[in-house]
Amino acid sequence: MIPKELKYTQDHEWIRLEGDKAWVGITHHAQGQLGDIVFVELPPVGKRVQRGSQIATVESVKAVGEVFAPLSGEVVEVNPVLAGSPDLVNKDPYGQGWLFALRLADPQEVGGLLDATAYEAFVGSGG
Amino acid sequence: MNPYLPHTPDDIREMLATVGVPDLDALFADIPPEVQRRNRPLGLGGHDEQAVHGHLTSLAERSTGHRLVPFLGGGVYDHFVPAVVGHILSRAEFYTAYTPYQPEVSQGTLTWMFEYQTMICELTGMEVANASMYDGATALAEAVLMAHRATGGRTVLIPRSLNPHLREVVATYAWGAGLTVAEVPYDAHGRLSLNGIPPNACALIVQQPNALGVLEDLAGLKDRLGKAFLIAAANPIALAVVEPPGAFGADVVVGEGQPLGNPVAFGGPLLGFFATRMEHLRRMPGRVSGQTHDLDGKIGYVMTFQTREQHIRREGATSNICTNSALCALAATVYLAALGPGGLRRVALLSYERAHALADQIATIPGYSLALAGPFFHEFVVRCANPEAAVERLRREGIAVLPPSFLHPLGVRDGFLVAVTEKRTPEELDRFVSALRRKDR
Amino acid sequence: MTTIYDQGRPGRRAVSLPEPSHPEAEILDSIPTDLRRRTPPRLPEVSQPELIRHYTALSRMNYGVDTGFYPLGSCTMKHNPRLHEDLARLPGFAGLHPLLPAEECQGALALLWEMGEYLKGITGMPGITLQPAAGAHGELTGMLLFKKWLEDRGELGARTKILLPDSAHGTNPASAAMVGFSVVSIPSDRRGMVDLNALKQALGPDVAGIMLTVPNTLGIFEEDILTITQLVHNAGGLCYFDGANLNAYLGRARPGDMGADVFHINLHKTFSTPHGGGGPGAGPVTVSEALVPYLPVPGIARGEEAYHLDWNKPKTIGRVHPYFGNVLVIVRALAYLLTLGDAGMREVSGGAVLAANYLKAKLKGTYKLPYDRLVKHEFVLSGEGLGHGLRTLDVAKRLMDYGFHPPTVYFPLIVKEALMIEPTETEPRETLDAFASALVAIAAEARERPELLREAPHTAPVRRLDEANAVREPKLRLDL
Repeated sequence: MIPKELKYTQDHEWIRLEGDKAWVGITHHAQGQLGDIVFVELPPVGKRVQRGSQIATVESVKAVGEVFAPLSGEVVEVNPVLAGSPDLVNKDPYGQGWLFALRLADPQEVGGLLDATAYEAFVGSGG
Repeated sequence: MNPYLPHTPDDIREMLATVGVPDLDALFADIPPEVQRRNRPLGLGGHDEQAVHGHLTSLAERSTGHRLVPFLGGGVYDHFVPAVVGHILSRAEFYTAYTPYQPEVSQGTLTWMFEYQTMICELTGMEVANASMYDGATALAEAVLMAHRATGGRTVLIPRSLNPHLREVVATYAWGAGLTVAEVPYDAHGRLSLNGIPPNACALIVQQPNALGVLEDLAGLKDRLGKAFLIAAANPIALAVVEPPGAFGADVVVGEGQPLGNPVAFGGPLLGFFATRMEHLRRMPGRVSGQTHDLDGKIGYVMTFQTREQHIRREGATSNICTNSALCALAATVYLAALGPGGLRRVALLSYERAHALADQIATIPGYSLALAGPFFHEFVVRCANPEAAVERLRREGIAVLPPSFLHPLGVRDGFLVAVTEKRTPEELDRFVSALRRKDR
Repeated sequence: MTTIYDQGRPGRRAVSLPEPSHPEAEILDSIPTDLRRRTPPRLPEVSQPELIRHYTALSRMNYGVDTGFYPLGSCTMKHNPRLHEDLARLPGFAGLHPLLPAEECQGALALLWEMGEYLKGITGMPGITLQPAAGAHGELTGMLLFKKWLEDRGELGARTKILLPDSAHGTNPASAAMVGFSVVSIPSDRRGMVDLNALKQALGPDVAGIMLTVPNTLGIFEEDILTITQLVHNAGGLCYFDGANLNAYLGRARPGDMGADVFHINLHKTFSTPHGGGGPGAGPVTVSEALVPYLPVPGIARGEEAYHLDWNKPKTIGRVHPYFGNVLVIVRALAYLLTLGDAGMREVSGGAVLAANYLKAKLKGTYKLPYDRLVKHEFVLSGEGLGHGLRTLDVAKRLMDYGFHPPTVYFPLIVKEALMIEPTETEPRETLDAFASALVAIAAEARERPELLREAPHTAPVRRLDEANAVREPKLRLDL
C-alpha cells in the first residue's frame, strides 16, 4: 500500500510531484491509525506555508491528525469533495482522498523527502 | 464502623495477603517518609448520622435570609419549582452516573441532553446548544474566548449595565487570555448606547434584560459590529415572551439557567446555557449529545464532536471544561417539559404582570419613582433619596431586596433593584407597598 | 429512543399554575411590539403521568453507582451517602439567595468558612478559595494565580511555559492554554514517573511552572516528588498539583508538605458528592503562602462576632465564579468529612489503595500490566495481545453484559489500549472478586469466542452506536 512513484514524509504524508506543483495527502498507514475520518480542515487557497508548519487537520471520532506542510510554497488547490465526503481519505488515500496542492517555493527541498522504500522501512520500524 | 466502608478486618487481612504486604501502611511505602511524618490530623473525630444531620441543620438554621420574602434578583431568581422536578432528579440512575463516556449504558443521560439542547435552541432562537456550562457568568466568559478565537479580535465590549458579577468573571477570564475590556455606556432609558466599534473588537456583549432590568432593543445591533460577535446573555424565562436574540442575528446566546427549575442555592450550583450557530459548532466549548443509530439501525445518542474537547485536543481544545452542570440541566429539561410552551409563557407573564403592578404602585408613593423609562420584564430600579433606609424598612417588614450597593458599579446610587417572580403573591406585593408607604415612627 | 417531544399532545401540561389578574393576551399586548416574541418556543406538551413515565424510562437506561460497580479511572465513583441529599435540600442552604447581606447568611458563611479551614488542614496549605465549580475550573484558577504571581514579579513576559508530564489529564494542557501558557510535555520514565533528567533539561528561565497529578494517572505515586518540586522552585517556577487523585492519600499526606503551590480538590470525587451525570462538582483550590495575596474575591472570613466577606485583596485575580462556588456540593462534602473524621479519612485512602492493589494482583496474570508497581487508588492494564484483532473497547463493551460499568479506556495515552481501573473504597470485596472474575472470563472468551466481545454489548438498551455517523451527519437537536 505504498505507491512507488510518490514521495513521503515521516509525518505520514505523501507527495505527488508534477513540475513545480506538489499534490499532498496522508498515507494508507496514517488513515488506518486514525480510523473513520469524519472531518478534514483544509487551508485557504493562496496561503503561503513553510515546510514543517501545521497546515491541515484530519479528524476521526476520537483523534485529531495534524498535517504538516511537506514542502514550502503556496496552496494553489484544495480538495473540494472532502467537506462532504471526508471518508474518501479512508477509502482512497492516494487518489480521491488527496488534501491540497502546493506551488513549490524551493524545489531543492524535494531532496529531503523519503522515497517509497525509505518510507516503507520507516513504517516497518514502528515510525 | 464507617457505614460507607464495607471491608471487615478479615476482608482487609485476606486482601493484604493477596497483595502480598503485611499491613495497610505498607501500601503507602512509596510516599516519602518525611512527607508522611509532616502530616497533621485535623483533630476531628468521626460523627454518626444523627450528629452530622444536627450540625448541618443548625448551620442551615443559623441563616435568616431564607425566611424573608424575596424580591431578589441580580442574576438568581426565586421561581416556583414544581414537585416533579425534584422527584425526577432524585432518580439515582441519573444523579449517581457520570459523564456518558459509554453510550450504551448512558442512553438516559444522552437522551435528556439531546432534549435539553433542543429546548435551549428553541428558547434562544439558535441552531445548536451544548449540554451545559457551570453558570451564566462562565458561559459568557467562554463565549468571549470563542469570539476571540473566531475573529482574532482582542477587545471585548461590555455594557455598563451588565450584571456586575458577570462582568467580574468575564474580566478575570479576559485578563487571563490577554484580552482588553472596553465599556459601553447606557442611555437615560437604561439601554445600551453604542457609539462605535473599535477595529480590533472580538465581541459586543448585550444582556437581555440588563442588570437594571431594562429590555434591550437588539434590532440592527449585529449589522453594526462587522466581524465582531454579538453575544447575548439572556434570562431564559423572559425568552418565553421576548423575541430571542437568535432572531436578531446573535452569534452566541448564553445565560443563567437557574430560573429553570433550580433553587437559588446561595449561588451554586447554577446552570450556564450556551447556544450558537452551526457554522461555529467546531469552536463551541462543552459537551454535545448527538443522534445516531446502533448496529441494528435503532436510534441512539452519543457524545459527539469530541475532538473539540480537552480530553482529545488537549491544549488545542475549545475549552478546558469537563465536569459541568449536567444535573441542573436535567432540572431545566424537566421544568420546561412540565410547563410546556403555555406554562412557561404563564410563568413569564405572571412575573411580568406582578412586577409591573408592583412598580406602578411604588411609583405612586411620595418620594419613590421608577429610575428608568425603558421597558422592563420582571426587575426594575426604584429611585429614592435614601435607598439604604428604604431597604432596611422593607427588611423590618420581613421583605428582602438586594442591597443598594449592587447597583453602585452600574453608576446608580439613588436606587435599589426589585425583582418579582410568579411566586410573589398579591398579598406580598401589598405588604411591600405598605412597608414603603408607612411613615417612619 | 423516543424523546419527550414524542409524548403528549398539544394542550397538555404537567403542572398547574396561578391565574394572572388579566387575560394573558392583554398582558402580552402590553409588551412593546418590537420586543414581543413572535413565535413561541416549541416545547413538549405532556401530562404529569406521561412526564414521569418518560423520565423514569430514561433513568432505567442509565448506569449509576447505585446500579452497580463503576470503576471509572480518575473519576472516583464511590458511594454517595443519602444523608447528604437531604441536607443539600434544607431551605437554609437551597433557599438562600447569594446577594443577601452577610448578616442574613451567617449559617451558609459559617459552612463555607468551616469547609475552607478543614480543606486547608487536609492539604497543609494556608490559603483557599471555594469558588471553582469543578476540577478544571480549579486548574484554570491555578493558572490565573500563576499568571498574577508572575505579573507581580515582573516575569510575565519571560516565563511562558508550563511543563506537563505526558500522563497528564487533558484538562491540564487546556487550562494552561486558556491563560496563554505554552505547554511542554515531559516524558515518563520506565517506572511510570516523571523523567528527572528530562525535567532538568526542560527547566529554565522561561518556565512558569509544572502541573503534576499526584499520584499520576498510572496510579503511581511520584516517589521523587520532593526532588521534583525542589527542582522547579529552584528554577524559579511554581508547582500545580491536580488533586483529582486525592483519594489515594487522604489523611495520610498533604500536598503542602510535598511542595505544592496550588492544589485543587474535586469534592465530587474524594468527598463523595454525586457526579450528576456529568456535574455539578466543586473544585476548591488551596494555595501556598506565596499565592495567598492573589486568591479570588471575595474570601470568607470569621470576625470576632460574625462571618463576613473579605474584599481586601488588592492583588486578587478577581472572581472566577459569580457568587461563592457550588455551595450545595460543599454542604454534601462537609457532611462526608464530619462523618469520617481523621480516622475515617485514613480508612478511605487505605481502603481505596487496598482495593486497587487487590484487583491488580488478581488481574495481572490475565492482562498485560505495563507498570507493575505498588499503586495507589487506581491502576492501568493494557488490552494489547487479546488476539483475533480484539481491542480494549471490546473488553469494555463486554463488561456491560456482566453487569459492570467499564473502566476508563484509552487513557492515559502513554499506555496502548489502556484500561484504567479505580475501584474506590466503598466496594465490598465480593464485588471486587466478581469484577475480577468477569475480566478473567472475558479474556477467555477473547480466545475462544471472540465474536462475543466484538458484538458486545448484548444486553444494553442499544448496541454499539455509529459515532462516525454522528459527526458526518450531525443531528444535535430535534427537527420539530
